[in-house]
Amino acid sequence: MQPSSKPTVVIGAGPAGLCAAIELKKAGAPVILMDENAKPGGQLFKQIHKFFGSKEHKAGVRGFDIGNELLAESLQLGIDVRLNTEVVGFGKDHKVWAVENRSRSYIVDADRIIIAAGATENSLSFEGWTLPGVMTAGCAQTLINVHRVLPGKSVLMVGSGNVGVIVAYQLMQAGADVAAIIEAAPNLGGYGVHTAKIRRAGVPFFTSTTIIKAEGKESVERAVIANIDSRFVPIADTEKVLEVDTICIAVGLTPSIELASLAGCKMMYVSELGGNMPIHNEYMQTTDGSIYVAGDIAGIEEASTAMEEGRLAGIHAAWSMGYMSAKEMQSKTEQTRERLGALRQGIYGFKRYTAKERVVQRGMTK
Amino acid sequence: MNDRISLKINGAPSLEELQKAGMLPTIEELEKKACVCIECIEEIPCNPCETSCPQNAITIGYPITNLPVIDREKCTACGLCIPACPGLAITIKSIQGDRARIRFPWEYLPMPVRGDKVKMVDRMGQVLCDGIIIAAQTAVRNNKTVVLTAEFPRQFIEEIISIRR
Amino acid sequence: MAESAQRSVRIEKHPILGDLPSTEEVTIYFEGKALKARAGEPIMSALVAAGVGVFRYTKKGLPRRMFCGIGRCTDCIMNVDGVPGVRTCVTEVREGMKIERQIGNGSWKVQKDEEAGNAAQ
Repeated sequence: MQPSSKPTVVIGAGPAGLCAAIELKKAGAPVILMDENAKPGGQLFKQIHKFFGSKEHKAGVRGFDIGNELLAESLQLGIDVRLNTEVVGFGKDHKVWAVENRSRSYIVDADRIIIAAGATENSLSFEGWTLPGVMTAGCAQTLINVHRVLPGKSVLMVGSGNVGVIVAYQLMQAGADVAAIIEAAPNLGGYGVHTAKIRRAGVPFFTSTTIIKAEGKESVERAVIANIDSRFVPIADTEKVLEVDTICIAVGLTPSIELASLAGCKMMYVSELGGNMPIHNEYMQTTDGSIYVAGDIAGIEEASTAMEEGRLAGIHAAWSMGYMSAKEMQSKTEQTRERLGALRQGIYGFKRYTAKERVVQRGMTK
Repeated sequence: MNDRISLKINGAPSLEELQKAGMLPTIEELEKKACVCIECIEEIPCNPCETSCPQNAITIGYPITNLPVIDREKCTACGLCIPACPGLAITIKSIQGDRARIRFPWEYLPMPVRGDKVKMVDRMGQVLCDGIIIAAQTAVRNNKTVVLTAEFPRQFIEEIISIRR
Repeated sequence: MAESAQRSVRIEKHPILGDLPSTEEVTIYFEGKALKARAGEPIMSALVAAGVGVFRYTKKGLPRRMFCGIGRCTDCIMNVDGVPGVRTCVTEVREGMKIERQIGNGSWKVQKDEEAGNAAQ
């Protein structure tokens, strides 16, 4: 097979995109890595906690250190990274329309496209939710870990999944106080070790609880929470007032599928993975064989799984264009799949594992 | 999955839930030597405690979701596992007469120093007694997790897990 | 205790990220008032650091500030150098930038030529 000379365009320089671009570049394939932000790394640089997993998953390494390692590798490999570059559309035959610095428009004739556009945080509407002081957990995390400012002094965290509990801990590390973490379900969602850290810092958890309203003149001055019954209906006379100036919403993420939709990839609804997501096979190929997806866009998981999925996509794309032998592709894919499988085990991982199996089943039947 | 257990309602495991998981020492064991206490009772893919131990006293094996198994004969209480655990779930406790000591991970400011008087807290964050910081270890290999040693009255040894933030 | 707890808005000290590194200072103007910002940061964090609680008002007069913080929700839009609807969370501060609250969708404010000439000095 003669290697093509058209480049692969990787959209999104977070953990998935970086790993995909690195595999392609190592195989000698031409690759362009685009990101709409001024800095690469996606959400990785905001993760100041130590990752789980095993040594090969970079367990014990802080997220931003993993980000720095990936960046250093991509720089050393000389990957063409284009920041402040937004992909705004696609033309026939996988042409990618990019706009640089919101001013210069150009088209790339791509051989393969890997969309690693990540996810968007969900919102929760309640009376007063538009007041200054109400923001997503990710917004608070960006402010404290990237921009080094506190969004407020006293925080109510809505949602006890890993994002909520990790950001609550990081808010305390940044010097804010967390008044409480509330959870609508009867059980807390995040890892027990994360919730335990928070509980011993004196932060209470309230399960079967929702936020009724946020009050304040020009910004949040207090929050009213209440217990809910098994149908999530607030129970009368259980209202409690918390004096907080910040309310963080951590109620899940949804894959950012706009570009994949524009490119014509078919979607399926998978509630365990965050909602509508592109159908893909075991090599991360979508219903368009020249377009791959990796990371949170292919279902909400973690940074570690995003990196492995990026590698799967990069490896397969490199082989499909003639830059890697079938033998090397198979062995690298096997090793990556094994590491990925290990991350989808246990009480939390198993749900994601079965959901991903369903996706790949659909992806395989053409 | 986790029906009505303290860990999934209050956020912290109860002593009973921890003892069932088998990674806490008995008082008899604590009276003999310093003992590692691992408060990780959910099967998540994670094994840095195993790989950090130079004595191979912690075993997880495969799959890496297995809960850690402690070999107390091999454990020398060196404490390398304390900052290695991404969940900050490991401490080392010991008894000296009528006093108890705990070595625990700490990642907040203000950073306590030797001699500081502190308030000791239980897993629910309740202050149970006063304590004093004996040591603060900030080795580079700890990767920014400081390991503090605090001393407090022995009768609270099973309940104490940290200091008040 | 060795040090008092961190309470100021700018996070000067951090147990994991370390001391806040110093950067070049940039002067921006919010509603005519000069503010100091850190080079490379977005307008949003410079305003939060300066204690600005409201970024804009809706047509119905409701106050807004920020929500997603990464450029996807448009809650944080303000009028920047005469242009309304600018997402302040993904727009870097520049020396001399003029930032104003907008009402609703805001309006374009085009500088007259002589004003532009004076400002360029």
